Amino acid sequence: MVEMGAEEAILTPGKTYPHGARRSLENWSRVALNVLLPLVGVLFALLVGAVLLLILRANPLAAYAALLRGAAGTRFGITQTLVKATPLLLVGLGICIAFRANVINIGGEGQIIAGALMATWWPLTFHAWPGWLLIPATLIVGFLAGAAWGFIPGILKARLNVNEILSTIMLNAIALQLMNLLLQGPLMDPAGVAARTFLAQSAQLPPAVWLPRLVPRTLLHAGAILALVLAVAVYIFLWRTTIGYDIRAVGLNPDAARYAGIAVPTFQALSLTLAGGFAGLAGVVEVIGVQHRLLEGLTSGYGFTGIVAALLGSLHPIGLIPASILFGGLLVGADTMQRAVQVPSALIDAILGLVVLFVSGSALWSRRWAARRSVRSQKSGEAEA
Amino acid sequence: MKGVFSLSVISGILNTMIGLATPFLYAALGEVFAQTSGVVNLGVDGIMLLGAFAAFYAALTTGSLWLGLLAAALVGLVLGLLMSVVSVTLKAEQGVSGIGLYMFGLGMSSLLFKVLVGTVKTVQGFRPLPVPLLADIPVVGPILFRNNVLVYGAFLLVPAVWWVLQKTTLGLKIKAVGQNPAAADSVGISVNGIRYLSVCIGATLAGIAGASLSISLLNLFQDNLTAGQGFIAVALVYFGAWSPVGVLGGALLFSVVNSIQLWMQVLGVRIHSSVAVMLPYVLTIAALTVTINRMRQPAALNKPFERGES
Repeated sequence: MVEMGAEEAILTPGKTYPHGARRSLENWSRVALNVLLPLVGVLFALLVGAVLLLILRANPLAAYAALLRGAAGTRFGITQTLVKATPLLLVGLGICIAFRANVINIGGEGQIIAGALMATWWPLTFHAWPGWLLIPATLIVGFLAGAAWGFIPGILKARLNVNEILSTIMLNAIALQLMNLLLQGPLMDPAGVAARTFLAQSAQLPPAVWLPRLVPRTLLHAGAILALVLAVAVYIFLWRTTIGYDIRAVGLNPDAARYAGIAVPTFQALSLTLAGGFAGLAGVVEVIGVQHRLLEGLTSGYGFTGIVAALLGSLHPIGLIPASILFGGLLVGADTMQRAVQVPSALIDAILGLVVLFVSGSALWSRRWAARRSVRSQKSGEAEA
Repeated sequence: MKGVFSLSVISGILNTMIGLATPFLYAALGEVFAQTSGVVNLGVDGIMLLGAFAAFYAALTTGSLWLGLLAAALVGLVLGLLMSVVSVTLKAEQGVSGIGLYMFGLGMSSLLFKVLVGTVKTVQGFRPLPVPLLADIPVVGPILFRNNVLVYGAFLLVPAVWWVLQKTTLGLKIKAVGQNPAAADSVGISVNGIRYLSVCIGATLAGIAGASLSISLLNLFQDNLTAGQGFIAVALVYFGAWSPVGVLGGALLFSVVNSIQLWMQVLGVRIHSSVAVMLPYVLTIAALTVTINRMRQPAALNKPFERGES
């Protein structure tokens, strides 16, 4: 497991637990380490990106300045950053839950598609429903569709010990083809068929299901608030409920959890199902909040970028909020950078990959530090006794 | 449907199968090395993408296919070193670091393609090289012995990998490090050294797997050329229970399904292309559920080695 979280709260027998000022100081330094190490990872990745820019004969300072300007320089840029941060936060919440149970969910893309498909079909079918009923219903069925897509690898892992990384990646490809199939068939926009353009997109959804916009003349929608509320809810779920405790226990030490009578496979399947549900919600808000229809390329790689955000947020729902905004900004700024210095925005995709490599590599130091600290506190505990 | 399964179609399907199996074989046999030593390299797809681009670009600019192959192998080697540093020395969670490597390869190959090439171009890939005498055997000859050098190489790699792993000291060390790193360490084997070597051999082969797509099978490059074939290759290692022969069986099974799918579309069998494209992925999941020989999984798979930990 990537050991990053505030996890040592689970008591180990025979270990001394110092109280008071030093304890809280150590908590703070651990939080600082959890924040700093990933940021150093990002900085490293951006440095490598700067070298790449130099090789491509672009000015790295101008490129990154354009990136920053695009992401945060204007009112519209800021709202766009938040629009992109919303699905990242939702996907990332699911990734956090899965990671906490020691399950890696690479299936975000497929689960987003599952949620988006449902969020398209449902309002088109029940278009007469009033908004106060249609919006919650769409959110719920979209969550369930994503959850179902996450349940498949979950149950396969629980029952047949199928590697979830591989099964979720295959399910991504299957979901993508399923969407292509439906967009070229039953879900294709009748207007496109009539006009003989045959664009691979659905009809526009009834306005009743459109999420309210938070800032006029921007795309920022109420899904952003929903995502924030859910981040807090996931925090409470993981740290203040029995199921959440069991999920974290499974992730921290599966053998100990099994010994304590926790049904490890069940909780791993559950965590993948929940992860799928949150990714499904990301698909829903993209459809009913931003696009108001289903179209190709809707996922925009959020399923993968959500993993990066989750890692950077130390797999903590609250840490995920700034991390999602950071990466939302990176995605928005990438387009501005592409226009300003003529370097394809694919550079940002490569940088995101490096962030994952560096952050996963940096876990060693946080682990070493935790080990050294536990030895030290044990020694001082013995001295006190 | 009449005549669809005539002899010529069947031999066509089998011939396509041999070609399609080539990238799977290179990538999956390479992954056998890495996993036998205890490291899961999930970044195979990213390495394949960058390898495919390197081979394509070198062939396009120099006109030499062999330089292309060399470029792909070198790119694979460098990425293998990167993966080793992160996963072996820094002991990262291998599932995560592999995904990072994949994302890097995907983004980087797309970036380089857009900057250096820009539009879809094709290269003249390796030409078929009929094996004297054998190529003239009816039916079997055209299927097996009229392929190009990369295809022969992939199939010869199967016994070669088997031999290295089963019959050499190096193979013994790789297996020891994957089964019981602490014991291997205690008899003086450098656990991390062997893992570096295994991951790098695997990554080099993954680079060549990419080349087998871009300068042998498809003879072009485009964004996300592999479409997840590297991940299927990793799945094949589980399916083949970490044995080169098992991997060969899996690669052939996959390729024959893919080949039938392609031929159905060529022959105009009424099947939606999305459904057809979906088939290999569904098959992969099915194959993962029936992996029987799980007992053969290297005991230290996915576990970084730390001296003093049991």
